[in-house]
Amino acid sequence: MQMEILLEAKNLSKEYVKTTGFFSRTRTSIKALDNISINIKKGITLAVVGESGSGKSTLAKSLIRLVEIDKGSIIFKEKNMRIINGAELKLTRKNIQMIFQDPYASLNPRMKIIKIMEEPLQIHGIGNSANQYSKILSMIKKVGLVEGDLKKYPHQFSGGQRQRIGIARALILEPELVICDEPVSALDVSVQAQIIQLLKSLQKEFGLTYLFITHDLRIVRHIADEVVVMKDGKLIEQGKTDIIFRKPKTKYTKELLASIPGNLSKRK
Amino acid sequence: MKNNILEINNLKVFTNNNSRLKLVKNISLNLKKGKTTCIVGESGSGKSLTALSVMQLLSSQLNMSGSIIFEGVNLLNLTKEEIRKRRGKDIAMIFQEPMTSLNPVLTIGYQIEEAIGVHEKLIKFKLKARVEELLNIVGIPTDRINSYPDELSGGQRQRVMIAMAISCSPKLLIADEPTTALDVTVQAQILNLLHSLKLKYQMTMLFITHDFGVVNDIADDVAVMFQGEIVEQGSVANVLKNPKHPYTKALLNCVPDSQGKKDLKPIDYAVLKKAMS
Repeated sequence: MQMEILLEAKNLSKEYVKTTGFFSRTRTSIKALDNISINIKKGITLAVVGESGSGKSTLAKSLIRLVEIDKGSIIFKEKNMRIINGAELKLTRKNIQMIFQDPYASLNPRMKIIKIMEEPLQIHGIGNSANQYSKILSMIKKVGLVEGDLKKYPHQFSGGQRQRIGIARALILEPELVICDEPVSALDVSVQAQIIQLLKSLQKEFGLTYLFITHDLRIVRHIADEVVVMKDGKLIEQGKTDIIFRKPKTKYTKELLASIPGNLSKRK
Repeated sequence: MKNNILEINNLKVFTNNNSRLKLVKNISLNLKKGKTTCIVGESGSGKSLTALSVMQLLSSQLNMSGSIIFEGVNLLNLTKEEIRKRRGKDIAMIFQEPMTSLNPVLTIGYQIEEAIGVHEKLIKFKLKARVEELLNIVGIPTDRINSYPDELSGGQRQRVMIAMAISCSPKLLIADEPTTALDVTVQAQILNLLHSLKLKYQMTMLFITHDFGVVNDIADDVAVMFQGEIVEQGSVANVLKNPKHPYTKALLNCVPDSQGKKDLKPIDYAVLKKAMS
């Protein structure tokens, strides 16, 4: 396996400040990211696991600057993500796409699927309308939908199908890095299995790199090559998936592993 | 049977305007006293409708037939008033989304008081003592008694729901995907809490989930539902280790296991249909 580093994030810190009270303002701050460094190697799947509030989504969003970090550096393909702007940022964002958790909330209910798929192509000025259509068609087929689906609206699809649309929209720009933010947490197990298999086969076909955010360690085991464990904005442990599962070093990782459904000590 | 607390016989649920369109097709299920029975299935398999039928909380657009015998009484023959007396007292329910099932403008203390007040008349200070006792049982610090639901985490909200559900010491507790919206660690805590409460109060539990991992952790018996029918039922050990029905096998194949050895196999409905016919 090629071990070229696609994205290198160093010492990322982000603090959310909350002011409460009207007359006597008090400031409380939460460290969503506390000096986090990660490397994402090309072609692999890196999973970020943690409970809600551990900062895993903030980490994902900070990498594409949907969240501006306070300190640290992010280098993506030798470009410093923190200083680039305008056209260059747009070009880089094309290369890093995101799949969101909630397929119900991340698709515009008033747009037909064809429109949802066209939009990213138009924003980035790719192709004319004729070859845009053939591009969309081949992508939609790759994720298991059919041509007739293009004329439908998001509400006409099931949760799993909507997630397929979300995946197609992310991949139509041919990104190198795809950030998956809990893409299967809202889905049934049977649909979850379909989507995971789909993501795996697309990774093979396009040579994609995944940053996979989840709280479900069972899925990590199935999809990830490497794992980062986060808690309260801190990086607790990182390493190869196999090693983390077989020989977790920290108490917290052990605790996480113990709470996997099916692993709770049998009480009968 | 004497040790069955609930017997569902030939339950059918259908829409009012088309009685041939059955959402739940003729299912029968017995709940043994003091045991936890899980209903597993995908979305749309009818598992929640089954639970709602027991509570007699089906939407007015749906109708049902068959019989649901709870402690010797057919719930379908009771009047609304009689049902209301049992609902919350003898049979209580916990729902999937704690935020949508709690009232956002009332404190949790008030809401738990309300749940008790429906069935028991207690004087003010005794009521407060009872609420504090319940909060203790479910593991919420009693100084949170005046908190509003939005000031609590998802896990704490579910604990409040559990406190309300057990407030009148129900004999049967129905839990409809109570941990699906929660993180794994919180899920483990809630499952442990439910299990210890079940033992402490000798409750019977009907637990609805789509996760076989959860089934393995909590259930004694399991019923697998597919397209409105129970395709397989039995003890957890039997069904999980030695599934007989092709659907159960297919569903088990898409559950990621903690070892990661098994490849996930999405259900191929065409193959399944052939195997079932």
